[in-house]
Amino acid sequence: MFCQKVHLMLVSMTKIRVITGVACLLFSLSLTSLQSLTTTKNGGQADTLKYPRTFGFGRTATLKEIAILDTDVRPDGKGLPAGSGKATEGKLVYAAKCSACHGATGVEGPNDQLVTIKNPTDPKVKVRNKTIGNYWPYATTIFDYIKRAMPFNQPGSLTDQEVYNLTAFLLHENGLIKAADIINANTLPKVVMPARDFFVPDDRKDGPEIR
Amino acid sequence: MPDQKGDKPLENGKKISRRTLLGGAATAAVVLAQTASGKSFQAALTKSELHLLEDPTKVPGVPPGTLGTRSPFEKPVKAPSDISSRTPLQDLFGTITPSDLHFERNHNGVPAIDPAKYELIIHGMVDKPMVFTLADLKRFPSVSRIAFLECSGNYRGAADGKITPQQLCGLTSQSEWTGVKLSTLFREVGVSPKSTWFLAEGGDAAVMTRSVPVEKGWDDAIICYAQNSEAIRPEQGYPVRLFLPGWEGNINVKWLRRIELSDQPFQTRQETSKYTEAIGGGKIRQFSFTIDARSIITYPSYPQKVEKGWIEIRGIAWSGRGKVVRVEVSTDAGKTWKPAELQGPVMDKSHTAFRYLWNWNGQSTEILSRTVDETGYVQPFLKDLLAARGGNMGYHYNPVTAWYIQNDGQVLFKAT
Ligand code: HEC
Repeated sequence: MFCQKVHLMLVSMTKIRVITGVACLLFSLSLTSLQSLTTTKNGGQADTLKYPRTFGFGRTATLKEIAILDTDVRPDGKGLPAGSGKATEGKLVYAAKCSACHGATGVEGPNDQLVTIKNPTDPKVKVRNKTIGNYWPYATTIFDYIKRAMPFNQPGSLTDQEVYNLTAFLLHENGLIKAADIINANTLPKVVMPARDFFVPDDRKDGPEIR
Repeated sequence: MPDQKGDKPLENGKKISRRTLLGGAATAAVVLAQTASGKSFQAALTKSELHLLEDPTKVPGVPPGTLGTRSPFEKPVKAPSDISSRTPLQDLFGTITPSDLHFERNHNGVPAIDPAKYELIIHGMVDKPMVFTLADLKRFPSVSRIAFLECSGNYRGAADGKITPQQLCGLTSQSEWTGVKLSTLFREVGVSPKSTWFLAEGGDAAVMTRSVPVEKGWDDAIICYAQNSEAIRPEQGYPVRLFLPGWEGNINVKWLRRIELSDQPFQTRQETSKYTEAIGGGKIRQFSFTIDARSIITYPSYPQKVEKGWIEIRGIAWSGRGKVVRVEVSTDAGKTWKPAELQGPVMDKSHTAFRYLWNWNGQSTEILSRTVDETGYVQPFLKDLLAARGGNMGYHYNPVTAWYIQNDGQVLFKAT
């Protein structure tokens, strides 16, 4: 039995050697063609300027398939769907679908704190007190993120209506809008976020300075 | 005695010795084990069984298999938490991280994606919105580069000094990444010259999104489908991820499914609420993409105990701004610094191995390393970083790390 195994092994090894030979040949061919495309500009990356205008690979995207995937919301409100929401309605959705992980009032956890505590005295709370009310620079991010990623255990399951209501609720709990305010594609980008002015673009640069 | 020739040397059962018999039996067990598990028998062997192989010259070895395996004596493992898993830096000798030990960080698990159904859509400010299958992406001219990938939240300390390199900064790894340059695809879809930012979106349960300057896309961004020559591992973004050399891990969006060209950043949660850092004066730094120069001594390190005499101090150094030009080592707690030897070839935005030969006299001391990159940046001490950032800790912490060596040889971490 063992002898037969050895015999089979030898046969298959010979086959492998033949295949490897072909593979090596192919490999050296592709190396040559790649070399003719490389420049040193970006650490030896291919220089696309030498490429044909188009390779013709891939297909045109349809408007429908773009619409299905394109749910992102920009700070100027581009991408916000029709509809509107209110904090009072959001309170109910929050209690049913969010409070288990974020706490009854959005501060207790166990997961991320969503509501700012004004002037916390407990140093532990102070450290993790980075929330929508005192750290988020744009209100549109709330809608975008809840719609794409929450609830954590059922991401993408909320209706636009629910997301608008939840956005209004969280803005209100953070003291950023009044209870009766309506949140929609027009009003959401205009909500004033206290942290906006704190944000600065990266100020580190190449060179010896420690920043 | 019949002529033994060709491929059946053991067919003659008459003169079989006890030793051959034992060897034969052991080998049969090996072959069986291999067939049954589909993996190598070595992985299945227990330590108590290994004494059978005490003299490996007296038994035929394992026949070739379909997949290589680690020796059962070697057990390097990642260190997982709920949200990440760290590379065992202290167990590695070179600079390419074995793919199964590459660090992991995800925001709602690793998705299962069928490569046959995979598509990348590129739309927004382009002449022609397009969809590419995995096969389409592989037809384009390809490019490979070796580069590190590091999470920007990669510094931890320990007041009692009991922390390994893996726990301290195991969220950095290195691979050879292969794919199509994003600039190639940008040309194919006709990116508008007015477009300044693009959104990269993942197909995971976090539907991860980050805004990337279009400039980086034209420069050295790669749409990767391979890692260390084989398909990218699921944990690294199978089947396709974005790779932005030298930039913080999170923006290298895994499981990439969509790119949208725009003329402004999208201000996603991951670039506002997270991956931004307070730097003092009431300021919060945003879009801090580049990984600053850093190094870590991986040997000797906690929990090792060393002996008096010659020690080769070993570690890795890297910079997201280019090449490492120098690594300096101090064996007297930072009083004097000497250049370490760099293992070539030193590559752009890559982990670079360094070594420094040292004769330890047995007196307690501290050993440290610091990187100088090609822009002239010198890796700072922790206190310098804290001072520069108004006392705030946070992302992009790359301080010099000290190892304190006690008289008895015990190595412990020490903050700088
Ligand atoms: C199963 C637990 C769970 C549920 C239910 C849940 N979340 Fe979350 N939420 C999380 C986790 C975990 C994170 C952090 C995710 C990360 O960091 O990637 C989070 C993050 C968030 C954040 C971002 C916080 C920040 O400061 O960056 C918001 C906003 C949020 N959740 C809102 C909601 C809303 C609204 C609901 C209800 C529809 C909800 N969550 C339901 C677990 C949950």
